[in-house]
Amino acid sequence: MRTLIFLLKKEFKQIFRNKALLPIIFIAPIMQLIILPLAADFEIKNINISFVDHDRSSFSQQLYQKIVGSGYFKAISYGSSYQDAMQHIEKEESDIILEIPEGFERQLIRENKQDLFVAINAINGVKAGLGGSYLNQIIANYNQDIRAEWGLIKGNPQQAGLQVSSYFWFNPHMNYQVFMVPAILVLLVTMISTYMCALNIVKEKEIGTIEQINVTPIKKYQFILGKLIPFWLIGIFIFTIGLFGIGYLIYGIVPLGNLLTLYAYLSLYLIAMLGLGLLISTVSNTQQQAMSVAFFFIMIFMLMSGLFTSIDSMPNWAKAIAYCSPVTYFIDVIRMLVLKGSTFNDIKVHFAITAGFAVLLNVWALYKYKKTS
Amino acid sequence: MEAEKVIQTVDLSKHFGDFIACNAISFEVFKGEIFGFLGANGAGKTTAMKMLCGLSAPSSGKATIAGFDIYKQTEAIKKRIGYMSQKFSLYEDLSVLENIEFFGGIYGLSQQEIKQRGQQLIDQLGLADVAKNMVGSLPLGWKQKLAFSVASLHDPEIIFLDEPTGGVDPVTRRQFWDLIYAASVRGITVFVTTHYMDEAEYCHRVSIMVDGEIKALDTPENLKKQFQVDSMEDVFFELARGAQRLGD
Repeated sequence: MRTLIFLLKKEFKQIFRNKALLPIIFIAPIMQLIILPLAADFEIKNINISFVDHDRSSFSQQLYQKIVGSGYFKAISYGSSYQDAMQHIEKEESDIILEIPEGFERQLIRENKQDLFVAINAINGVKAGLGGSYLNQIIANYNQDIRAEWGLIKGNPQQAGLQVSSYFWFNPHMNYQVFMVPAILVLLVTMISTYMCALNIVKEKEIGTIEQINVTPIKKYQFILGKLIPFWLIGIFIFTIGLFGIGYLIYGIVPLGNLLTLYAYLSLYLIAMLGLGLLISTVSNTQQQAMSVAFFFIMIFMLMSGLFTSIDSMPNWAKAIAYCSPVTYFIDVIRMLVLKGSTFNDIKVHFAITAGFAVLLNVWALYKYKKTS
Repeated sequence: MEAEKVIQTVDLSKHFGDFIACNAISFEVFKGEIFGFLGANGAGKTTAMKMLCGLSAPSSGKATIAGFDIYKQTEAIKKRIGYMSQKFSLYEDLSVLENIEFFGGIYGLSQQEIKQRGQQLIDQLGLADVAKNMVGSLPLGWKQKLAFSVASLHDPEIIFLDEPTGGVDPVTRRQFWDLIYAASVRGITVFVTTHYMDEAEYCHRVSIMVDGEIKALDTPENLKKQFQVDSMEDVFFELARGAQRLGD
């Protein structure tokens, strides 16, 4: 116990003296939490659209107004040549072309149906997909409007249509920041704890002080605890700053679930991730190696964790990978606890799996770390 | 001389795959002795020393350090030895006092002992003015003397020194050897590797390793007589000339 106190004292002194590390621990996460959620917004605005209007009728004008008026689209050009519009797409100025054929108004009135042509630049898949569906919705809406108008004019009862109205539970305004901030916080805590733990130990290998430690009667578990505890505390500290300092003050996010449950899960999760850092440090001899190995794992964890894309829509093999990543579970847990107000009962399985990761990674690391080579 | 044997090895070997770093070395070191462990680069000195310190597990052979077995009782051995590696290995981002406190602490010295021995050490080395400075800011010679003193802070029975004076100026080297003598007088056994042949002359006994084997072991006087040369340097040349391994 006394040995551990000496180790902790030394570790904290070194961390607080490291002028390069301190800003990374305390300033970088705050900045990232302020900037990233603003940029990682899935709602797409400013889709550039080129109109090719062969009809130039009041109906086509109405449609144009409706689209531009929606706020999602920005008209780049309005002309009558598809070729010209295509050039805008080729120059990356435009994302979508809407072609209104000649006789649009006439056909619509006479035949009660009309085809529109939409060409989408699919280089940016998300923008193209969302832009296309927004446009479809607006056109469908427009269609309904004129039908309603005709119904009134002609005195016919309106055709019965199926109306779907949706309500978005737990995030009623579909505010992406509410969705993203807690998840980004998970990512920051993950990166900082794993990297710092791995790099710190490997640094001792590089400068040779670990050899000096290994000839002392320090026990393996003492040395490892002396490394884990400081970064565990720092992880909890950063999380707290992020959740209350940034999440609440800047984004107004109030965790709905039990804070005790959240912190209990966080503590367990950090032990798992520090175990990963420890494991990485036992297989690396230089900080570069440790950095590369850690980067590899964090990158996969990050992209497959359901942070940016939904796991449900991944192919089965990708799902399998996603469920092998502790990050996946924490992102799920934090969204459930913060946004939905879930209880411990709802995240029991997450707890159990994360505990499994914590035991597996730490036991493995403990086995790999040897005072004697 | 019926002195106590503090290091005793019998056919101690270390293999790395096909490479035999240490080939069946057998020797004894007595209490209070300054034992020089010489050899060209790559001869296997550091490997042998790491086995004796419990940093590296032997492939075969037997050895006891301070009466403890190096296979089974490494933790007991670690309490009784001090070690100073080739690389400087105190914490450069801790001050002189903090390093003393840390290493004293993990060897289980009481707060009182740490304070007392730390003060004594600082006075002895004349580091009072820089006691609160970061170790990284000290000149190399001072660092090496400090590292030696920290390694002997817990009064070990044996101190292992791996090329302690590499890159250090002659005056500081001399001071360093004064520290070694002082430790020896206190009954601490000093096991030292070096490339400086004048330092070999200071040792009570020296062994010379060539290609993983001990080729000679005696007092410097006897070795010079045996090889009919005037200096340890010539003894070393006589033996190391036949080395097959390239230095690193």
